[in-house]
Amino acid sequence: MAEVINFTIDGQKLQAAPGTLVINAAKQAGISIPSFCYYDNLALQAACRMCLVEVEKTPKLQVACTLPVAEGMVVHTDTPQVHQARKSMVEFLLTNHPLDCPVCDKGGECELQDMAFRYGAGFSRFREAKIHVDEKQWSPVVYYDAPRCILCYRCVRICGEGLGVSALGIGNRGAMAEIVPNRGDHLECDECGACIDICPVGALTSGAYRYKTRPWEMEHVGTVCTHCSNGCKTTLGVRNGRIIRANNRDRSGVNGEFLCIKGRYGFDFYDHPDRLTTPLVRQGGELKPVSWAQALAVVAKRFTEIRARNGKFAVIGSNHTTNEENYQLQKFARQVLRTSNIDHHRTGDVATLLDALQGRASALASTADLVNAKAALVIDSDLAQEQPLLAFSLRFNWRINQGHVYAVTPGPVREDNYATTVRAEPGREFEQLQLLKDRLAAEPELVILFGAAIKGEDIRRLVAFGDSLGIPVKYVALVDYSNSRGASDMGLLPDLLPGYRPVSEAGLEPGLDYDQILAATDLNALWVVGANPLSRQPLASQDAFVVVQDLFLTETAQRADVVLPAFCAYEKNGTVTNVCGDVQKLTRGPKTMGPKPDLDIIALLAKEMREDLGPTKVADVFAEIRNRVHGYNLPLVVIESGGAAQAVPPNDRIQIQSRPEVVRSAGNTLYTSGTLGRYSPMLNSVLEAPGALYHDPHIAPFVAKGSVQVDTTEKYG
Amino acid sequence: MRYNEPSPLEQMIISYRFDLPNPASIDTYLANDGYVAIKKVLGMTPEAIIDELKVSSLRGRGGAGFPTGMKWSFVPRNTGKPTYVICNSDESEPGTCKDRLLMENDPHQLIEGMLIAGWTIKSNKGYIFIRGEYRYLIDIVDRAIAEAYQRGYLGKNILGSGWDFDLYTHTGAGAYECGEESALLESLEGKRGIPRLKPPFPAVVGAFQSPTILNNCETYSAIPWIFRNGGAAYAALGTPKNGGTRLVCVSGHVNKPGVYELPMGFNLLRIVNEVCGGVRNGKKLKAIIPGGSSSPVLRADECDIPYDFDSLAKAKTMAGSGGVVVLDEDTDIVAVALRTIKFYAHESCGWCIPCREGTNWLKKILSRYHEGFGDESDIDLIAELANNMLGRTFCALGDAAAMPTAGFVAKFRNEFEDYLKKSPRFQPAPELAVV
Amino acid sequence: MTFSPELEARFAKLLNSYPPGRQRSAVVPMLLYAQDEIGCVTQELVEEVAHRCGVTALQVDEVIGYYSMLHRKPLGKYHVQICTNIACQAVGAEDLWAHACKNLQLGNKEVSPDGLISLEEVECIGACAWAPAIQINYDFHHQVTPEKFDRLMQALADRTYSARPS
Repeated sequence: MAEVINFTIDGQKLQAAPGTLVINAAKQAGISIPSFCYYDNLALQAACRMCLVEVEKTPKLQVACTLPVAEGMVVHTDTPQVHQARKSMVEFLLTNHPLDCPVCDKGGECELQDMAFRYGAGFSRFREAKIHVDEKQWSPVVYYDAPRCILCYRCVRICGEGLGVSALGIGNRGAMAEIVPNRGDHLECDECGACIDICPVGALTSGAYRYKTRPWEMEHVGTVCTHCSNGCKTTLGVRNGRIIRANNRDRSGVNGEFLCIKGRYGFDFYDHPDRLTTPLVRQGGELKPVSWAQALAVVAKRFTEIRARNGKFAVIGSNHTTNEENYQLQKFARQVLRTSNIDHHRTGDVATLLDALQGRASALASTADLVNAKAALVIDSDLAQEQPLLAFSLRFNWRINQGHVYAVTPGPVREDNYATTVRAEPGREFEQLQLLKDRLAAEPELVILFGAAIKGEDIRRLVAFGDSLGIPVKYVALVDYSNSRGASDMGLLPDLLPGYRPVSEAGLEPGLDYDQILAATDLNALWVVGANPLSRQPLASQDAFVVVQDLFLTETAQRADVVLPAFCAYEKNGTVTNVCGDVQKLTRGPKTMGPKPDLDIIALLAKEMREDLGPTKVADVFAEIRNRVHGYNLPLVVIESGGAAQAVPPNDRIQIQSRPEVVRSAGNTLYTSGTLGRYSPMLNSVLEAPGALYHDPHIAPFVAKGSVQVDTTEKYG
Repeated sequence: MRYNEPSPLEQMIISYRFDLPNPASIDTYLANDGYVAIKKVLGMTPEAIIDELKVSSLRGRGGAGFPTGMKWSFVPRNTGKPTYVICNSDESEPGTCKDRLLMENDPHQLIEGMLIAGWTIKSNKGYIFIRGEYRYLIDIVDRAIAEAYQRGYLGKNILGSGWDFDLYTHTGAGAYECGEESALLESLEGKRGIPRLKPPFPAVVGAFQSPTILNNCETYSAIPWIFRNGGAAYAALGTPKNGGTRLVCVSGHVNKPGVYELPMGFNLLRIVNEVCGGVRNGKKLKAIIPGGSSSPVLRADECDIPYDFDSLAKAKTMAGSGGVVVLDEDTDIVAVALRTIKFYAHESCGWCIPCREGTNWLKKILSRYHEGFGDESDIDLIAELANNMLGRTFCALGDAAAMPTAGFVAKFRNEFEDYLKKSPRFQPAPELAVV
Repeated sequence: MTFSPELEARFAKLLNSYPPGRQRSAVVPMLLYAQDEIGCVTQELVEEVAHRCGVTALQVDEVIGYYSMLHRKPLGKYHVQICTNIACQAVGAEDLWAHACKNLQLGNKEVSPDGLISLEEVECIGACAWAPAIQINYDFHHQVTPEKFDRLMQALADRTYSARPS
């Protein structure tokens, strides 16, 4: 029965569902009730007492953050009494809060400052000595200044409830109460920095940002994180063309509240001292700096020569470059170099999944599905390590929407804490999956997320298993990097054009795959864009002319004849596609000098070779993609306004040769990010082993092979 | 044992075994009406039990004075969850020392009271939460529990009723706040004693997320008498809506301080003058803190009132936990106000802003004032800060700190003003770190 | 960690007294009883209690910071606690406290160099009607005058102290 409660706030007659809290009902009506401790989707505290309101026929002021609306209730949020109460709360808070706003990182974006401005007095009646406790460093990225702390417990809750890490607690009592870390004097945690972002004051500050600038001196650029495939929106704070910080100031992204350590701190690779700033050309056996014109001329000349004698080309594309760049790169390979030898490091078997689904577009889960689906099943992935947003989303779904989560994994995972989990040795996932079948079939719907261990024929088995459940099932093929999915969609594959069309449509035969390219002894030219294949295995062809576009002199670049310095994603405009197919826009933050966007490099090279690749500007290339790539005809307004729109490319069967052997996960953890991670001082400084978190006794013990661990008790709280 | 001579004015219905030899033993208890009530109650329905309690007008002895029968009636039945019976023996309110005597001298009376509560809601488990400082009482109560198991008053199939009830002691470890019932439950669950959001109240969601009866030690101790003699007989001992007797703990400047069992509504001045032999050393009465340190002070001229919940509430103070602190004419009210707020600042859990910062600030102002460095504006500031806390804190501890502070200033403003004429006692030391 | 058989028996009984899955309830009692045996709450004890009660060390740390009877540093063999709250204050507890500090040469929460005595000013201990009151470890002593206090301290020093409550 859809009941509705009628009530009045500040004279506005309002309606809301039963159970709606006054603070939220007011917000929906455009009336802001201040609060420090209340935070959407976290446990209610009623601790800060800032949200006191007057309710008619109730003698005492009421706390709006815990008060559900009631029929006929009349609330006043801005009376002299309310104003006086809030003023007194601010006064109480400021007694022990140091007034070091001029040097505090938070000054300018501090909720306590805002409240003091709105309700506070112009002078202090507090004449006594303030309590002072020295600031503490808890980790490379987290500092805690207890006197500034107003004890709203947001940090404790986001860490415990939000992330399931529970690394923060409350120590002492009374005026000496403070936040304490889980290892006495330091933190052992994901180092995600969520506690810092959520802190309303300057109590928790970031090791990467502290004392560097004032918030109003920065431009805040919303873009997409360039590390893993989850596609979190991160807000770059840019001052004088340089990134000063990244945080979650803009919570409109697919990640909402969430960012992991890479999204918040992992941007620092971009101005690493080893960053390449000028093109290099091998002269006399050594790579020497040259001008862009010289370097492009060398590449154009050699490419033209090799093409003229029908030499053998190969192109390895990137998991990090934009859709526009990948699209133009494959076009260059196929039109200009006339080769099908193009691939990228495949970290998940997306193409086989699309083929197995046979055009069922609705069977691809979007990022939003993960927080809404009634049930989700994770196979062969330690999400908290490898897909941190997805881990957060599934936990959110369980916590807020009562979604059920199942996991079949080889080792302990953080989901053990609340999900129904089964251990399965590699290769025995399907046996173990049978143990869950009845329970899964009883769910109204299911999203299945699977790691790189499920590939080729196993994906077809998995889809058959999903079909056998008799319920609507959606899938996510987990991939590793920020545009892994886009690389696949844009046709960085030897047998598929963009949108998974067969290469025969372009009059080509399928080409060499990633492994075959590296193993081919007769290769004449290899063009590597934003990848580092030689970190894993040597290039078999001794004589190949090698061109590398990258940020650093990687193992692959060291083998190159020409190295072209490229922008990273934070320096580019364009679009990327996340693990669930959600397309989002990158916006250029820092103004780095020297390197160029890969899109420009590709276009300049085409021009140098007197070839017409069509559009050269990002928007024009994206327009072509929207017109030509199946599934990418996305609403421009959503993308342009910073939203996410899901690309659904499958179109009946896909003519792909099954090559499961070239699908392999990069095996990144929370603190590693392929080559980029090696150049991030902050990621490297975080040494604590996250594995230790799994051994906390409150996390369910390791479950014997073959047994089903079924847990219905609440473990949190 | 008793620590003071009884008074002939006492009406002993729950403390009459205190003077018997070996008062804590089950044999003494059984020989003196022990476990008679539970036999009777085992034949009664929950409704009948609760009705009898309502007739008795027994009210909670922990401080709030909530009608016990009504509290029990809030416990939902048939939720499918287990239910619990908890005794609050976290006696910590300054001025109060009665639960100590009840557990030391008559633990079986408490056990029987809890059994009656257990039967009423068909609970199978109970806990007696005893403050950590009362270690010797844990030993005494544990012994009594063991005796009760031996004689079949605890454990399986109690007195052939088919009903099982287990009872345990649980120690606190030094926290006044755990006397607040929901904070006590948090503490019982192994957490910091931070009060819970209410509603839901413990009757509905109490110990271990389950329906719970939670009463003070003295409340449970009164229940066996009520069922032996009837609720009406109990009610008749006191004043309307304030049934029975109370253990009144009289301390301070009287000739015979002590714990006395007096009928509800006994005149407060008579307690001082007749029960306790008057103010000591022939001094005049200045003030009485009537119901533990949380209750606003009464001036001498306000003390001629019946000692029960409603009369004291009418006088804008409270009977609280029954701790009567008598202060003579030489008492330094500022020093008492300071000691009171020091206590609340020490015991504030720190959860909410007004209590955490308010008690601390008041403590600092009053310390400075007491040292002789106050000025006139401080007096109004103290009163104003107390009012800014009042009714705005998360739990009642903030009120418990604000009410007496505001009371001292309101009733003895002249003494605060006189302080300004005194010269400072010490040079103030700069307080850099106040712990 | 190993404890005395008596304490182990107490722990076993304790863990059994709470409903299944609610062993966290034993955290506070375990810490207090163990502290009585080993002198203070050590990091090793924190980990042990966390392990036995199925909680994290942080959850145990949070509790220790909250309860005033739990100490991270060792107390004296005899922990002398003097109540100065209002009922005791009214009948001379502040003078008694000053007397104790002076005679023992100890401040609040300090331990004598020989480790025999530690001194603490405490909040109401529930002996208001028989004030001023002190506790030596868990023993109550009522109506303690400065003279009576000195006799008790002498008995501690002479090892002739008997724990009978007075």
